[in-house]
Amino acid sequence: MRMTQGCFSYLPDLTDEQITKQIQYALSKGWAVNIEFTDDPHPRNTYWEMWGVPMFDLQDAAGVMMELNECRKVYGDRYIRLSAFDSSHGWESLRLSFIVNRPKDEPGFRLGRQEIGGRSIRYTTASYAVDRPEGDRYGGS
Amino acid sequence: MNQSITVRGKDRYKSGVMEYKKMGYWEPDYEPKDTDVIALFRVTPQDGVDPIEAAAAVAGESSTATWTVVWTDRLTAAEKYRAKCYRVDPVPNSPGQYFAYIAYDLDLFEPGSIANLSASIIGNVFGFKPLKALRLEDMRLPVAYVKTFQGPATGIVVERERMDKFGRPLLGATVKPKLGLSGRNYGRVVYEALKGGLDFTKDDENINSQPFMHWRDRFLYCMEAVNKAQAASGEIKGTYLNVTAATMEDMYERAEFAKELGSVIVMIDLVIGYTAIQSMAKWARKNDMILHLHRAGHSTYTRQRSHGVSFRVIAKWMRLAGVDHIHAGTVVGKLEGDPKTTKGYYDICREDYNPTNLEHGLFFDQHWASLNKLMPVASGGIHAGQMHQLLDLLGEDVVLQFGGGTIGHPMGIAAGATANRVALEAMILARNEGRDYVNEGPEILAKAAQNCTPLKAALDTWKDVTFNYESTDTPDYAPTASVSM
Amino acid sequence: MTEQVAPDTVTAAEAAVDLRKEFAEVGIGEVLDQLDRELIGLKPVKTRIREIASLLLIERLRKRMGLTTETPTLHMSFTGNPGTGKTTVALRMASILHKLGFVRRGHVVSVTRDELVGQYIGHTAPKTKEVLKKAMGGVLFIDEAYYLYRPENERDYGQEAIEILLQVMENQRDDLVVILAGYGDRMDRFFQSNPGFRSRIAHHIDFPDYNDDELLAIAELMLHDMNYKFDAAARSAFERYIAIRKAQPLFSNARSVRNALDRIRLRQANRLVSDLDRVLSADDIMTLDAADVLASRVFEKGPGGAG
Repeated sequence: MRMTQGCFSYLPDLTDEQITKQIQYALSKGWAVNIEFTDDPHPRNTYWEMWGVPMFDLQDAAGVMMELNECRKVYGDRYIRLSAFDSSHGWESLRLSFIVNRPKDEPGFRLGRQEIGGRSIRYTTASYAVDRPEGDRYGGS
Repeated sequence: MNQSITVRGKDRYKSGVMEYKKMGYWEPDYEPKDTDVIALFRVTPQDGVDPIEAAAAVAGESSTATWTVVWTDRLTAAEKYRAKCYRVDPVPNSPGQYFAYIAYDLDLFEPGSIANLSASIIGNVFGFKPLKALRLEDMRLPVAYVKTFQGPATGIVVERERMDKFGRPLLGATVKPKLGLSGRNYGRVVYEALKGGLDFTKDDENINSQPFMHWRDRFLYCMEAVNKAQAASGEIKGTYLNVTAATMEDMYERAEFAKELGSVIVMIDLVIGYTAIQSMAKWARKNDMILHLHRAGHSTYTRQRSHGVSFRVIAKWMRLAGVDHIHAGTVVGKLEGDPKTTKGYYDICREDYNPTNLEHGLFFDQHWASLNKLMPVASGGIHAGQMHQLLDLLGEDVVLQFGGGTIGHPMGIAAGATANRVALEAMILARNEGRDYVNEGPEILAKAAQNCTPLKAALDTWKDVTFNYESTDTPDYAPTASVSM
Repeated sequence: MTEQVAPDTVTAAEAAVDLRKEFAEVGIGEVLDQLDRELIGLKPVKTRIREIASLLLIERLRKRMGLTTETPTLHMSFTGNPGTGKTTVALRMASILHKLGFVRRGHVVSVTRDELVGQYIGHTAPKTKEVLKKAMGGVLFIDEAYYLYRPENERDYGQEAIEILLQVMENQRDDLVVILAGYGDRMDRFFQSNPGFRSRIAHHIDFPDYNDDELLAIAELMLHDMNYKFDAAARSAFERYIAIRKAQPLFSNARSVRNALDRIRLRQANRLVSDLDRVLSADDIMTLDAADVLASRVFEKGPGGAG
């Protein structure tokens, strides 16, 4: 299973050169780039762990790549994504977000169904990976 | 003719019939106030009717006047309430047609009510006998009035945050065939399309609750499909459940059920009427629901250049009314849409400020006073092979709906969805890399298709499909402003 | 490896280079001219900059012809007293490096020890990295670089910053150029104790102090840019001012000149406003007279005072 959150998940995994170009695009728009990682890829898991704070005032993608490589050294067995914040009025939100690292094996999600009144069903989704404790998922580190 | 000929003093209220232009509805020296609502009409007077008188009549009939002088005017601050036509220009290259600018005092309108605004501006005048035809081209809505409306229940920014999708257009598809599928079969299409890579699927405008599929059945099967696709992809998915129904009570009931089932979005049709739309917008804001509007029926009055209401006015009203999605044209697809005019509609939906841009059909500076942005939807006859053109013409904040382009894919619905998603992501990647994606579009797609058989099949199937017909509604403008007559 | 530099990989057509065209295309001529215009004197510095620019232009051609693949070491040290134009030259150098394609963006991030070194354990690495990230694609200008190294304090965190800097200077030569700046003698001692830096610096440029004539010319250039001027008496007063001020402590060349001019303008304004009945011409408002200059404390106290 391939989790397809983020802007480029339907393409082959981006090379560092491709990632650099996307970062440069974000920087050229004046957006701050943030690195986040998680081992719980639930679609509603909004708050992945931050690798430091968003990087403001950078001119060149090499600065972000330096941090990304550090992050990969520590959390290379997890999902890592880059997101770009636009602070301009009317947006003040993310303008780009894409995955730059994923676990070797992605076990996917279990869909739970709880039958309730009428013919209704309450659905719940959970990654199979979260059956194990945090840090010990995806082969652990 | 460029002077006021208003009759003043006691002669003004003598019983009998008086020309509108003499009653105070033609005030060429009037300078609109910041708080005035301004309407621009295209007036086609009957042969022999003075255009100024025709324009003044429109001002009169859309505000205080009736066909004869009434003494009861004198019980009111009548001069304030009279709409004032202050400018009449011949329409460039259109003999017999005139642009009439009419200013309305803010006190003429109930705060926050599209019904009241439209009842005034388009209530009576369109059937007025001295006119052959009349079209409401554009409106300037003062900030003071804009601020009395809720605006889009969710807005583009929060919709993206809720859907967790940033940096690319969203992808959708309308379930086809429009009519006849059972709930169970219908859900199959939804599941395949969402699992394949679309963000949304959509009911069509006339899918409500018919003998072949009653609404609850549809909702239940659709939500099974949505949840299953969500688990299969790890992404948030949605399907626009059309809650359009005969009564508000029915619509609320359907919307509530959609909410109970965990849908992120519901849908209504324009034909339910402005008041029902505003009610649903309030319901959507209260219930954290995205509200999709299908502009069903609009072409009956938006399409003809000389009569009706321009879609840009409808788009403005809908942003005030508070829907989150509105179909606004594709340019390259099967439905009417001049590129520049369509660009104007998109600007109305998405910008906080629209400067006057005659080329795009925007006649006024319009401030939106931080009202949420409204996501335009492009739907009808578009396919993956046009991705570069769509991105260039429509930008990034848009829902691209590939109905036939998904469901009609030779390898199946999921493959069709994947083709669209891969084409889109490849194009965004290339654009962000600074490539000339508009010209290199076909190569970018061909390259992406090397890793994606479904895209290759899609490109082969629809490679040369385009809809190149003459537009019936293009903006009439001359590079320099025409002379007032 | 040898294949990469073998001339047979280069066709004759590619090998033929119109040097004048190359020079014009990259536009470094304009930067060098700008440097000539805005900086008085500094002959040896300008000559060094021209040499470096020429070397880099050739390096660029060699790279294109496949005669080299390595990115050359470009880190530099600028030594000299305060106010001798080091920062200005760093800006122009960044522009030259950018035009020749040796840095991608061409901006300059200027820092001192305080921005690199933290106050407590674990503080320094993030601070240094923060600065490095911002400087990526451009030039990192570290003023008074020797303060990074404080051998008298064994637990000084400066050493941590030095190690990170050295690593990046070695491994990310494509990503940024570091310029270390400061007083000549102190920089010499700094390099002696930190051979790692010495070996990574490709170009040393020494900025001499300005002589009296140059300082006067600098003053006149500054005044001209601000639409002011000396009258004849004021000019000779300012010549004397320079001679006295130079001998005093804390003299910092062009910077001291700018500060002196600021105070002279203040006194001129005060003089003009003290006579409100007078009708002023534009010339009156532009002209600084001898009294404006001579009121400086520098003249009162002679050598030893400041002002």
